[in-house]
Amino acid sequence: MSKEIDTTVKVEDLSTFKETVLAKYPKKVAKKREKSILINDFDANPQIQANVRTIPGIITQRGCAYAGCKGVVLGPTRDIVNITHGPIGCGFYSWLTRRNQTKPENPDDPNYMTYCFSTDMQDSNIVFGGEEKLKQAIREAYELFHPKAIAIFSTCPVGLIGDDVHRVARQMVEEIGDGINIFGFSCEGYRGVSQSAGHHIANNGLFKNLIGRDDEVRGSAKYRVNLLGEYNIGGDAFELERIFEECGINLIATFSGNSTIQKFENAHTADLNMVMCHRSINYVAGMMETTFGIPWIKVQPIGAESTAKMLRKIGQYFGEQELIDRIEEVIAKEMVEVKIAQAKALIKTKGKMAMLFVGGSRAHHYQNLFEELGMTTLSAGYEFGHRDDYEGRTVIPTIQIDADSRNIEEITVTKDETRYNPRKTEEELKALAAGGMEFNEYDGLMAQMQKGSLVIDDLSHYEMEKLIEMYHPDVFCAGIKEKYAVQKMGVPLKQLHSYDYGGPYAGFKGAINFYNDIEMIACTGIWKELKAPWERESIVEAEYVY
Amino acid sequence: MRKIAIYGKGGIGKSTTTQNTVAGLAEMGKKVMVVGCDPKADSTRLLLHGLAQKTVLDTLREEGEDVELDDVMKTGFKNTSCVESGGPEPGVGCAGRGIITSINLLEQLGAYDDDKQLDYVFYDVLGDVVCGGFAMPIRDGKAKEVYIVCSGEMMAMYAANNICKSIAKFGKVGDVRLGGLICNSRKVDNEANMIEEFAKKLGTQMIHFVPRDNMVQHAEINRKSVIDHAPEHPQADEYRALAKKIDENKLFVVPTPIAMNELEELLMSFGIMN
Repeated sequence: MSKEIDTTVKVEDLSTFKETVLAKYPKKVAKKREKSILINDFDANPQIQANVRTIPGIITQRGCAYAGCKGVVLGPTRDIVNITHGPIGCGFYSWLTRRNQTKPENPDDPNYMTYCFSTDMQDSNIVFGGEEKLKQAIREAYELFHPKAIAIFSTCPVGLIGDDVHRVARQMVEEIGDGINIFGFSCEGYRGVSQSAGHHIANNGLFKNLIGRDDEVRGSAKYRVNLLGEYNIGGDAFELERIFEECGINLIATFSGNSTIQKFENAHTADLNMVMCHRSINYVAGMMETTFGIPWIKVQPIGAESTAKMLRKIGQYFGEQELIDRIEEVIAKEMVEVKIAQAKALIKTKGKMAMLFVGGSRAHHYQNLFEELGMTTLSAGYEFGHRDDYEGRTVIPTIQIDADSRNIEEITVTKDETRYNPRKTEEELKALAAGGMEFNEYDGLMAQMQKGSLVIDDLSHYEMEKLIEMYHPDVFCAGIKEKYAVQKMGVPLKQLHSYDYGGPYAGFKGAINFYNDIEMIACTGIWKELKAPWERESIVEAEYVY
Repeated sequence: MRKIAIYGKGGIGKSTTTQNTVAGLAEMGKKVMVVGCDPKADSTRLLLHGLAQKTVLDTLREEGEDVELDDVMKTGFKNTSCVESGGPEPGVGCAGRGIITSINLLEQLGAYDDDKQLDYVFYDVLGDVVCGGFAMPIRDGKAKEVYIVCSGEMMAMYAANNICKSIAKFGKVGDVRLGGLICNSRKVDNEANMIEEFAKKLGTQMIHFVPRDNMVQHAEINRKSVIDHAPEHPQADEYRALAKKIDENKLFVVPTPIAMNELEELLMSFGIMN
């Protein structure tokens, strides 16, 4: 991939960015940041520094391990009572802030997402230990809701004072009985350099405590798939569920948008895993392959073309003409509206510039949508991605394991003696690969970005301001922490964590929503009117006369 | 009011030395409060003639926020005020945070107020400075003077040196100062000379050399300080002397902790008598 960057900003100008920002940093900081900022040239195998500690003093976009575990991965599941063990702030600020939606099938089905459960630790719980209070919280939660499962999430002080949430979980399973499933996560905020550690911890917990507990094959035995790393922000999962249904694809479980415990427990009855957010969920995909023999592929159902691509991959995998035809029909039908919306937006959006600094896959996936809008992604990077998310999974063996990664429990899984069942034979897999299907592969963000564009990991606030000052993008994509700082600089910011108040943006209908929203926010003249009155009017000057 | 913290290696005799010294000061007519900062809550036993004390944290836990000063403060030998901070059982919770909570509570309850007319507050702190909580007495100006109890044994001096690092750290930003080393003799070779030299290297003094005497043990078995149990015994005079020296002490420094090899050299040149 070596398309030259197509924009009004010259590549030479982009290369001055690095010098400009590094010049302002102290020597040691500059030396470290230097490795996280590069001009994209994928063919030259560039190496980016990622998933390392943020330098103290730098304003980072990152969150903590607790946020990654409780907020991101387990948060979207509606029928687990998620109890935050810690002072009240952690629970409160991770309560529904991601706009992940859920839709119980029946009005009486449990949905605990609207509740915020916390042990509300006080000073005396820190001094004398909080295990008793946690047990009491579990008892109360059980008496009130009789949930099928309760999960405990550890915050920083829990690790410092040594409360054993796993032991409490075991004790409470015995005490309550009733087939309840209770499990804990050692996801203290400080466990990793970013929320990425929390994702890994959550993945391990999902696999140990939920996946594979229910062998019953429900519904059709055909075209059974799981979608991993989809969190139903703004209703994304609903749109993808709709598309799968139209195509006759049997979606067993989504991890974890619009999910339930039963779907997790039953996920191993699917025949294909599709990984959407590689960073946050690839561990589950790997473990399910090892244990149950389910192959996984990387998909990007963000952008109409790449949604179609995902569907075609599913058709190719199952290889049945009936499914392939149905998929083509659906794509053709959906594309009609997509094309109309796209053509309308393109008039205004073509040639505009975007910058994306968000997540561990979103900064990549949303480039599909911007491409469809004729817009150039001038610069992009992840908050918490690892090198494989930038450079592709081929670099995994060369990634150095540091002390921070060792903070995360490593679980080794083996073939399940009775249930391991390779879904495809070696020959079938080879044939599929020859037909263009890539298993266990992800090429990363840099492969898709244009040569000469800027790739920056763990963007600092200062670097963000400089990017805007120097290149004036037409839209900047990040999160709530950046939103108003950027907009005060006269550049619209689209939140790709929460979608502001919009969405869904996944699938076909989602693409249409995105075209419309970006056309509205990036192509309005209002941002030019942002100057304060004293910046617009001539200054009245006077001087003292003595 | 002088606020004094006593630190030193675990088992070196901090609590014994503190209470005996406090007995000496009380005998001089000084009004003294002792705050035990050890979860074991045995820092006031000799002054109270037994473990009669309910700790601040136990009281807080059982009675909630409505705690009166009288609930946690008992009067001991010669009108000394005795408080035990207490803490969680071993291996649970955070004892360091407990000390912070309990000192804050004492302040809130007015234990240090002028109407108490205190001449001295002694903080008797557990072992080494293991975490931030145990440094609480020397942070934020809670205690301004520190005395380190040590002996001529290698590990005791090592611990004393580490405690000096902590004092040096907080001394730079606050007004905590080291008042001296108290040598609680273990009958190690050449002990007094070595500790004097060690003190000099740290920029401080050996304020007193407390000889080893079985009378201390006798008094402890009787749940009393030596001054209380055997006022005529020469060991009682040693503690009186220490109390007087502390009362008259004018040498307060930010210590200069030494490197490990220096400490080893010191032991080589003094500790081994040919």
